[in-house]
Amino acid sequence: MRPEPVFEAPWHAQLFALTVHLNEAGHFAWPDWAERFGATLKRHGLERELNGGDDYFLAWLETLETLLTDTGAAEATALRDMRAAWEAAYLRTPHGAPVTLD
Amino acid sequence: MGGKGGFSLWTIDGGAAHDRPMPHDHSDHDHPHSLLPSDPALRVKALETILTQKGLVDPAALDEIIDTYENKIGPKNGAHVVARAWSDPDFKAALLVDADPVLAEMGYYGRQGEHMVVVENTDAVHNMVVCTLCSCYPWPLLGIPPGWYKSDAYRSRAVREPRKVLAEFGVTLPEGQAVRVWDSTAEVRYLVLPQRPEGTDGLDEAALMALVTRDSMIGCGLAARP
Repeated sequence: MRPEPVFEAPWHAQLFALTVHLNEAGHFAWPDWAERFGATLKRHGLERELNGGDDYFLAWLETLETLLTDTGAAEATALRDMRAAWEAAYLRTPHGAPVTLD
Repeated sequence: MGGKGGFSLWTIDGGAAHDRPMPHDHSDHDHPHSLLPSDPALRVKALETILTQKGLVDPAALDEIIDTYENKIGPKNGAHVVARAWSDPDFKAALLVDADPVLAEMGYYGRQGEHMVVVENTDAVHNMVVCTLCSCYPWPLLGIPPGWYKSDAYRSRAVREPRKVLAEFGVTLPEGQAVRVWDSTAEVRYLVLPQRPEGTDGLDEAALMALVTRDSMIGCGLAARP
């Protein structure tokens, strides 16, 4: 039997690492993170059963985005613009070529 | 339990450039451009890019963190601790009184393992661990939690109907054995010390380690029999 993957999708791993790294750099304390994350899960869980996979990391992502915009580390509009810039980069890059912003 | 959601890692753009949805196994020439990552994957990339540009994040440090959790840390660490506790009564006594210094000495400390409590299963009591708030878990000893540990179903039912949940894991306890459920927090994390299976006299630490499953250290399973 193959072992379960630690992370089910690459972005789960990336998001996890980003959060741990920011915590260790002192941008927020873990208990504060846990409290915010718990609140997001609760809010999402009221609407439907969360499966602990993609749903779980979507709630994690929302929590981190909100936390960073609250602390001023990242602005909401800058995040939206950067997301759009990456999307455009993927759409204009031929398949197989490295995707870059510029 | 087992709540693993089926989803695709990447979605393929079926919008502006194509007027029909495309299956995942299309050959390359059908893709005029790179596969478009899912919305959350793009949002994570955006976060990472902005924070890196601001100097708040070092991409190499991110790779290091991922590598650690994918390849270096996992339930083997916890199994090592359990096997040693089964073999060495003095070690076990110290572990149950104050786990932190004992684990630190074994090198199992760090992120999300700052304050560990080890709870021992006996004929009288079976311990089980949950995090009702989110998914607090002893990373240095068990790695990253499995999907079911993070699911709403487990988080709400472990406290309400632990015996039913255990039954779904294939564990039926004798009626006289109480179940105690420990709710992890960001400050305190628990490791269950499962009962040593019968027929393991004379096995060395390495042989015992192989019997200690991840689930037995969360309290959702029992140690395997040789």
